[in-house]
Order: sequence, then structure tokens, then C-alpha cells
Amino acid sequence: MSLTRALTIQNRFGIHARPAALFVKTANRFQSDISVAKDGQRVSGKSIIGLMTIEGYQGAILQVTATGPDATEALDAIEDLVQQKFFED
Amino acid sequence: MDTTAQSAAELELKGVGVSPGIISGPAFVLAPEDESVVVRDITPADVPHELHRYEQALVATRQQIRDLQHRMTESLGKESAEIFEAHLLMLEDRAIYDEIVRMLQRELKNIEYVLHEVTNRYAQALHDLKDEYLSERAVDVRDIARRLLHNLAGSSSTALAELATPCIIIAHDLSPTETAGLNKSKVLAFATDLGSPTSHTAIMARALGIPAVVGMHDVSLRVAAGDPVLVDGQHGLVFVHPAAERIERYDRKRKAQAAIRLRLGELRDQTAMTRDGYHLPLAANIELPADAESAMANGADGIGLFRTEFLFLKSVPTEDEQTEAYLQVARRVAPATAIIRTMDIGGDKFISHLKMPQQVNPFMGWRAIRFCLAQPEFFKTQLRAILRASTLHNVKIMYPMISNVREVIVANCLLAEAKNELTARGEPFDENIEVGVMIEVPSAALTADLIAPHVRFFSIGTNDLVQYTLAVDRVNELITDLYEPTHPAIIKLIKHTIDVSHEHGIWTGVCGEMAANPLLVPLLVGLGVDELSVNAPGLPLVKDVIRSLRYSQAEELGQAALRSGSADEVMHNCHQLLAQLAPEILELVE
Repeated sequence: MSLTRALTIQNRFGIHARPAALFVKTANRFQSDISVAKDGQRVSGKSIIGLMTIEGYQGAILQVTATGPDATEALDAIEDLVQQKFFED
Repeated sequence: MDTTAQSAAELELKGVGVSPGIISGPAFVLAPEDESVVVRDITPADVPHELHRYEQALVATRQQIRDLQHRMTESLGKESAEIFEAHLLMLEDRAIYDEIVRMLQRELKNIEYVLHEVTNRYAQALHDLKDEYLSERAVDVRDIARRLLHNLAGSSSTALAELATPCIIIAHDLSPTETAGLNKSKVLAFATDLGSPTSHTAIMARALGIPAVVGMHDVSLRVAAGDPVLVDGQHGLVFVHPAAERIERYDRKRKAQAAIRLRLGELRDQTAMTRDGYHLPLAANIELPADAESAMANGADGIGLFRTEFLFLKSVPTEDEQTEAYLQVARRVAPATAIIRTMDIGGDKFISHLKMPQQVNPFMGWRAIRFCLAQPEFFKTQLRAILRASTLHNVKIMYPMISNVREVIVANCLLAEAKNELTARGEPFDENIEVGVMIEVPSAALTADLIAPHVRFFSIGTNDLVQYTLAVDRVNELITDLYEPTHPAIIKLIKHTIDVSHEHGIWTGVCGEMAANPLLVPLLVGLGVDELSVNAPGLPLVKDVIRSLRYSQAEELGQAALRSGSADEVMHNCHQLLAQLAPEILELVE
């Protein structure tokens, strides 16, 4: 199963080192393959360095795709993280 | 080559001073790491063995980073150690791991080579990012790669941890691992080829309180181990084999600094008054709310310039967040006043998240009030926040980069709208909040009479006024000699602005670098300026100059400057007066 959701970055500092770390830790809990695309660039959702290179500033829209048996759960968890602003604000 | 036993000639090297202080000592040159990695072919049967070596290196590296993190937390606090949390995650990065495995199988080269290639690619991708903070993380990726390579080779870099005598560290670049591992009690200063004010070395040097100069291009090649070196962290200078008179001059400087520091305590509670009783309010320039504390501790009469753009550096703060920041300053300085300048973005201050277009000439481009007036809602949010912080009646608003009166009128209209919006919400504020403008563009200085009826004060921003009037880019090294604050044109514009303000019953302050230069303070006083505003650390020095001065001497200096047709002559007169008033301060600024 492959699912994609568009998520808008809401925390003030965008995807800096710490939010990228949380994103990876969350993604790693799931079996599904997770990728993140922005402006034509696609990186693994399980790579902290990859996530840092997409420059996800506040307001940026990320297309997050999960492929695997727990795709829905994975996307739910990531969406929750983004909406909780990575527990930053 | 000269092989006689004569002492070597002095060599002066210039870089960016990122942590102030003067110190001399022997050089410890950190040998540049051998970055070349040997390439070796392997067979498919070797792949598991190479992977096993890699796994072992990962385990060893993880342990080392944890140890460093632990040591750093103990010595410098949790925040300084946080970088290692990111290091651990980068080390365990799945994308890098997967790519290394794929490349190992595909290209059949040794693990050292594969690791070097893959991490280099990621480091380069980070390095190319526009965001300066993220871009600096490339150093971290390289640092981890280097550590892994060391562990693969079975060696580890301990040179810095084993420093025996106090010395000055000279290096191409210093990684977080290297700075964390060093024996701090033995490090006198840093000088590196690479680096910027936001680089790790700079931050570490400031945290340790030792001098540092970065961005020196080739200092690591021009200094030999054990060479005597003198570092001036304030001016970004490194002298190799410093001459005897150089050492003497710096010794005098150091003594003068120590003497002035001794006087600090008593100066703090004294007013900035000339010997013949003329009181000149002395305010502080600040960048963040917390700076108000050191400003007041250094004896400021208030805040003359709060550069609010620093609140916007990472993201756009909400109205409530801004209000809180401005209130913090207003409360701290009350009953003294705080002048809050609306944000001055553009020029040399850029913010990636505000999406400003690339401009060929940013200093003359879409910046400061121009940027704000084009986005009224954004601007009004800041105005409302400043108004909400004015309930103690000690806050004033200042607009930056005004070049014509129309901008002042439009900005005041938006301020009126902001007031109405707050009234509608039932929020209290100071109805009579005073508004002033920065005079930093020649057209504003020349039309001060048109602007004056709309404001209650002027504040001359000398850095930009000099740059715009003399057409001298202040960040261009090729023309630094043309950057002359005592140019007759500058003297005339300052005098004109002050005179016009007095004719209209308002006042003029100076908040640029000129106000903080002890040489030029008497000149500004003599031209009739009503207030000076300088960075907190500069306050005692300026106050010292004012207290050693007679107003009549300043007036004489000012009159002579207005008559003079030569920037050099004016500067010479300033020199002579300061030599007479406070020779030990002259020692400091030379």
C-alpha cells in the first residue's frame, strides 16, 4: 500500500536539526518506506541529513509518501508530529 | 632563504575577529589531516568483511561521541553539547548507510573510499544550502566521516588533548570534535584558515572567553610550530614573530584596558557630564531583549536603539511574542526610555524565511522602511506590538532608512491605524507615543526641515550616512581608506540635521559607530548632538571621554571642523584633543 499526504510545516524554525531528528525517530518506528518530496526534490524520511537538505521552512508543503503494510499508521504519526509543531512552539 | 640566527621578520595576517582579547604565546600548529583516502579494489567476497569493519567503526565512533557529549555537558553545559546529539543521528543515518552498502557492492572498492565519497556528497549538499545555520552542518558531517576514518585506521587524534604548555592553536579548521577534545586550560587563543562568526570555533571561543580570529585563508601554512604569535581578537589580527615595539604597544593597550576596567565600577553610577557641567544623555544600542540588562549594568541612561530585526532572524514572531520582547525591555529600563526601531531587514542582514528577492545592490534596495511599507499588515503587527509595550509611557518608535518625507507620513498613517485597531480591541497603550526617524540617507539629512514637523526626534545612523554620502561600500576592502567619517560632507550633513532639529524644537541623537569612537565623541558633542547611543561594552569608554572634556573644547573642535576642508585635518584635531584629555584612551583606539 502506498499513500501520500501533503503536510504544511508549522513550527517557527522549520525543519532544522532537532525537528529532523524527531521526524526520523518517528519514521523509524514503522516498517513502511517513507519518503519526503518538496519542490521536485525527494529524500528518505528516515535520513536526518536528507531532511535537512530539503529546507523545510515554516509554511513549506511537504509531500510525504509511505509505502508498506503500516503506511496509514506511519502517516498518522508523522502528521501528528508536524501538527504538534515538533513540540517546539 | 636567510639562514642566519637573526630573529625572523614580523608578519601581519588579517582575518575576522570573532572573539575579542589580546594575547601572545607560542603557536601550536594542528597538522592538517591527511584527507587523501587510498582507493583499493576488492572482490565480492570481501564485501561482508568491509561491512563488518564499517560496523565496528560505527560502534567505536558512537562511544566516542557519547563520551565527548558527556565531557562537554560537564564543562560547558547542556546547550553546547547538543550538537553531539545531532552527530549521533547523522552517524546512524539510514540513507547514508544504505548508500554506502549499495556503492560498496556496485563499485567494489574499499570501505574507506566508499565512506569518503558518500559523506562528501552529503556534506557538499548541506554546504550549498542558503540557510547559514544548516550550511554549517556540513562541517559536522565531515567531522563524523573523519572520526570514522580514524577508527577504521585504528588511530585517534589526541594531539589537542595532550597540550602540555599554554599555546595558541593555529589550524586550517577546527571541528567540534577537536575543540571539544582540547585541554581548555592550555589554550590561549585560536586562529584558523576557515570559519565565520557563526562557525563552531567562534562560538566555542566566545564561550571560553578567549581571543579568536577566523577566515584567515592560509594562516596554518604561514606559521610554524613554536613560532611566537600575538593575537588581537578584536581587530582580527595575528602577528607572527611580533616586533618588540608591537609587543610593547599591545602591552600598553592591555594595561590601558585594565586601568579603564578598574574605573568602570565608579563610572557606572556617574552621569555623562562634561567638566563644565554639560549633561549628555548616553544610551545603549541593543539587539535582543536580554541585552537591556548589560546595557543598564554598564550605566546606560536608556536604550537609544533597539534593533528589532534580530527578533526576526529565525522566523516571524507573532504580535504577542513581539509585545513580550518589547515589554521586557521597557520594564527593565523604566523609568528611562527605550527607542524601538522598526525592523531593518535587507542591506547586510538577510532572512531566508521572509523570501526577499536577490538584489544586485541590497544596500540601495528593498530594505527597512521600504520593505515594511510594502507590507502594511506585517508592519502594523510590529507597530501594535510596540504600542502595547508602551503602557509605562517610556517607549518611543523609530523608523529606519527614511529617504523622503512621504515615507514618514505613510508610516505615521499606519501607526494611527494600529492605534485604532488596539482601541477597538480595548488594549491600553501610550496615546502620545513619540515617533522619530533615522537620518542615514543624505536626502533625509538635506530635507530634515520637511521631515521635522512629523517627528519628535532624529537619530543619525552614521554607518549608512557615510556609506551613502561618500558612495563607499563599507564592506568593500578595496576602498576602506575612502570611508572617512570626518569628511567635510559628513560634518556638514550632521551639523545641518542637528541645527534643523533645534529650530523645530526637537532633538538629534547619534547611534552609529561614530558615537562609539572615543576620538570622534568630542567632535559630535561640539557639533551640538543631544544624545549618543552605543553598544553596551563601549559605554564606559564614551562616558570617560565626556567626563574628561570641557564643552568649550568640544565647541572649538566642532567650529574648526566646520571651517576645515580636509578629513585628515579634522581627524588630526580629534587626535590632539583626545591625547590631551585622555592619553590612555588614545592608546586603546590606536
